[in-house]
Amino acid sequence: MNQGKLTFKGGVQVPEFKELAESKPIEVAESPQFAYIPMQQHIGAPCEPVVNVGDRVTIGQKIGETGAFVSSTVHASIAGTVKEIKTMYISTGSKTKCVVIENDGTDEMHESVKGRNLDELSPQEIINLVKDNGIAGMGGACFPTHVKFSIPDGKKIDTVILNGAECEPYLTGDHRLMLENAESIVFGFKAIKKALGVEKAYIGIENNKMDAVEAVKKAIKPEDGIEVAVLQTKYPQGAEKSIIYAITGRSVGTGALPLEVGVVVSNVATAKAIADAIQHGKPLYERIVTVTGRGIVEPKNFLVRIGTPFSELIRQSGGFNGKPGKVISGGPMMGIAQFTLDVPVIKGSGGILVLPEEEVKDEPVLPCIKCGKCLDVCPSGLQPLFISAYALRNDVERADYYSALACVECGACSFICPAKRPLAESIRNIKKEIIAKRKKS
Amino acid sequence: MDGKVIDPTSNDTVVLDDMLIVSLSPHIKSDESVKRTMLDVIIALVPAMIGSVYFFGFDAIRLLLVTVVAALIFEYGIQKLFKKPVRIMDLSAIVTGILLALNLPAGTPWWVAAFGAAFAIIIVKEFFGGIGQNFMNPALGARAALVASWPGIMSSYVNPDGISAATPLGILKAGEGNLPAIQSMIFGDIGGVIGETSAILLLIGGVYLIIRNVIDWKIPVLYIGTTTVVLMLLGVDSSNLIFHVLGGGLILGAFFMATDYASSPVTPKGKMIFAIGCGLLTALFRVKGGLPEGVSYAILLMNVATPLIEKFTRPKVFGEVK
Repeated sequence: MNQGKLTFKGGVQVPEFKELAESKPIEVAESPQFAYIPMQQHIGAPCEPVVNVGDRVTIGQKIGETGAFVSSTVHASIAGTVKEIKTMYISTGSKTKCVVIENDGTDEMHESVKGRNLDELSPQEIINLVKDNGIAGMGGACFPTHVKFSIPDGKKIDTVILNGAECEPYLTGDHRLMLENAESIVFGFKAIKKALGVEKAYIGIENNKMDAVEAVKKAIKPEDGIEVAVLQTKYPQGAEKSIIYAITGRSVGTGALPLEVGVVVSNVATAKAIADAIQHGKPLYERIVTVTGRGIVEPKNFLVRIGTPFSELIRQSGGFNGKPGKVISGGPMMGIAQFTLDVPVIKGSGGILVLPEEEVKDEPVLPCIKCGKCLDVCPSGLQPLFISAYALRNDVERADYYSALACVECGACSFICPAKRPLAESIRNIKKEIIAKRKKS
Repeated sequence: MDGKVIDPTSNDTVVLDDMLIVSLSPHIKSDESVKRTMLDVIIALVPAMIGSVYFFGFDAIRLLLVTVVAALIFEYGIQKLFKKPVRIMDLSAIVTGILLALNLPAGTPWWVAAFGAAFAIIIVKEFFGGIGQNFMNPALGARAALVASWPGIMSSYVNPDGISAATPLGILKAGEGNLPAIQSMIFGDIGGVIGETSAILLLIGGVYLIIRNVIDWKIPVLYIGTTTVVLMLLGVDSSNLIFHVLGGGLILGAFFMATDYASSPVTPKGKMIFAIGCGLLTALFRVKGGLPEGVSYAILLMNVATPLIEKFTRPKVFGEVK
C-alpha cells in the first residue's frame, strides 16, 4: 500500500481552514434547557413518538420508533418533561415532527443504559444493538447503520473501511475524536468487523492529520487486523466512492452500493457510537460538533446532546464575530445554509460553520469559457459544463444522457469554475427531475 | 427559540432571520476567474510582443495598438447594440486583438488590421453568442478573412530589417532563395508575421501557460510532434525539419491558437485527437497543398470538427463498464 499517496481520480485542492478548531480539545457542551429532538434525522421512514406531552423521560430512553426496517430509533438526550410535540424545520431544510423536552437538570440515565461484553455478542446481536441504539451514519448522510450492516443474501463483503478522511474544510470533529478516543474507535471497528465477519479492515485518514494517524496506529493491536491507510489530502477524498477507490482500487458504479464491490464504509464517529453502545449501553444521543469559521468568536469542538439548538452552541462559542453572512450546517463544500438558528443538532450534524458577511462573496455568474477545469476535478468523470447547460434549459433527457445521476454533489466543479457558474447546484436540481421522470415512465 | 441570539459585544439580542444569506452549496469558491485566465494569456504573450516590437519597431506597436483598441471598441459597441451586458473587462477582446496583430505581416495597413478585429469580434465571436461560444478561433478566423480579401497585403512579408522577403517555409516551398540561419529562427530575425519571428519568446510564454495550468501541455506537444512525424513520412528532408518546426507559425499556433478553450474540445481524449488532427493537416498542407505554412487553416478546420470530436470522446463515467 502506497501510504500517503492513496487517492482517486479528479478532485481539487481546497483551502482547509482546519487551524481554527483542530487544536481545540473536545469540550462537553452545556446540556440545553430545551432539547428539540426530530423524529426523522435519517434516511428512511420517520419515527413516531412513543412518549406523550407531560411524560417524564430520562437520558437514553427511547422516544421515537417505527416498525420499518430502513429507519433509525430516536432517544432522549436530556432528562426532563416532554413539553410539546410539534412540527418544525430542521437543518436539512425539511420539516419534521420534533419531541420537545424541558431539562430538569438531573441528567438521570435511563435504566436500559448498561454495557455489554463484545466477546459474548454474536454478529446478529451486534447489529440488533446498533439498531436499538439508533445508530445512523454520522458522516452526514445519516443512513441507518443496521441496514448497511445487513448484507443481502448472495452478496459477499470482504473489506470494511472506516472513514476518517474528513475532507470537508473547517470541520475537525473526526480529527479530534481520532486523537482523543482512538481506542473507542478501534473497539467499535472491531465490533463492525465481527458483525460483518470481515477480515480486511482499513481506517482511511488524510495525510494532513498525521497526529491522528499516529494516535490510531497506537491504539491498534497487531491481533486486531486493522490497517491505517494514509490518504492524500484532496477533496472529496472522504466521499464513499472516492475512499473505496483510493484504498481498494475498486470502482462503485452509478446507482450501485459499495457492497456490490464487497465493501462497507462507516465513519469513525459511527464506530465510536457503536463502541459506546456496546461498552456503556449508550444510545446515540450525543455527538461531536465543530462550531467554527471566522464568524465565530471562539471556534470549538463540542460534545453535544442531540436536539441542542444551533443558537445555544453559538452562544457557548462566544457568539458571532462581526455580522454573520452564512450559518452552515456541515462544511462549506456540501453543508446546508440555514435561514434560522432555531434548528437542533441531529445525528448527522458534523459542524456549524459561520462565515462572516465579508467572506460571503456574491460574484457575478459569467458565461462558460469551456476551460474544462470542471472535467479535471469531477470525481465521477462527468462533464459538468454540459450537464449544467442542459439542466439550466431543463433538458432532462440530455442531462440524463450525460450521466447526471452519477454526480455525487461534492461541489468541486462549482468551486473551481472561473466563471463562477452554479454547476453542482443546477446538476443537483436536474437529478431530481430525472429521477421523477424515470419514476413516471 | 425565538430567532434571537445574544450579541456578545452589546449584550443585546438581535433578530437574525432576515440577516442570514441562504444559497446552495458549495459555499466557498476558488480564486480562479475568467479575467485571471485571460490575463495569464496576455502575460504569456508579452515576450512575443516585446520581440515583435524589437524586431519590427513601430510597425508592430502600430498593429498591436490598432487591433487591441479596435477589438475593445467593436466588442463594446456590438454588446451595447445587442443590449447584452458589456464584458470588455474580462480581457478576452484584448487577447483576440493581440493574437490577431501577431498574425499579421509588419506592413499591414491599419484599416486592414481594424477590419480584422471587427471580423474577429463581431462575426466570429459575438454573432455566435460571445465569449466561450465562438466555434472557431476569432483571431484565426479574421486572419483567414483577411487572406481571402487582401491576399497581396497578407502575403507580403518583410524581414525585420525592412526588406521584403519570403518566409523560410516560402523559400522551402519555392525551392529557391536563401534559408535563414537556425539561430535566426530560434531568436528572431526571420520573415513572417510579426509574432512568429522568435521561437524562444513564444516558448517562454507557452511554458508559462502550462505552469499556470491554463493550457494542457499535451496539445502543443502532440501538435508539433505529429507535424514533424508526418512531414518525415511524407519525405521531407530531415535537414529541413527544423525550419518546419520553428517556422510557419507552428509554435504560435500550437501554444496559443490550438489551445483556445471555446473552439477546441473540452474532453481529454478530444484534446489529443484535435492536436493530432492539427498536426496531420498542417503537414499535409505544407507538402501536398499550395500553402507554405498551413497552420491557420489546419486549426480552423479542426475547430469546425470540434463538436463532433467532443461527441465521440465522452469521458468514461467513474465505475462505468464499457
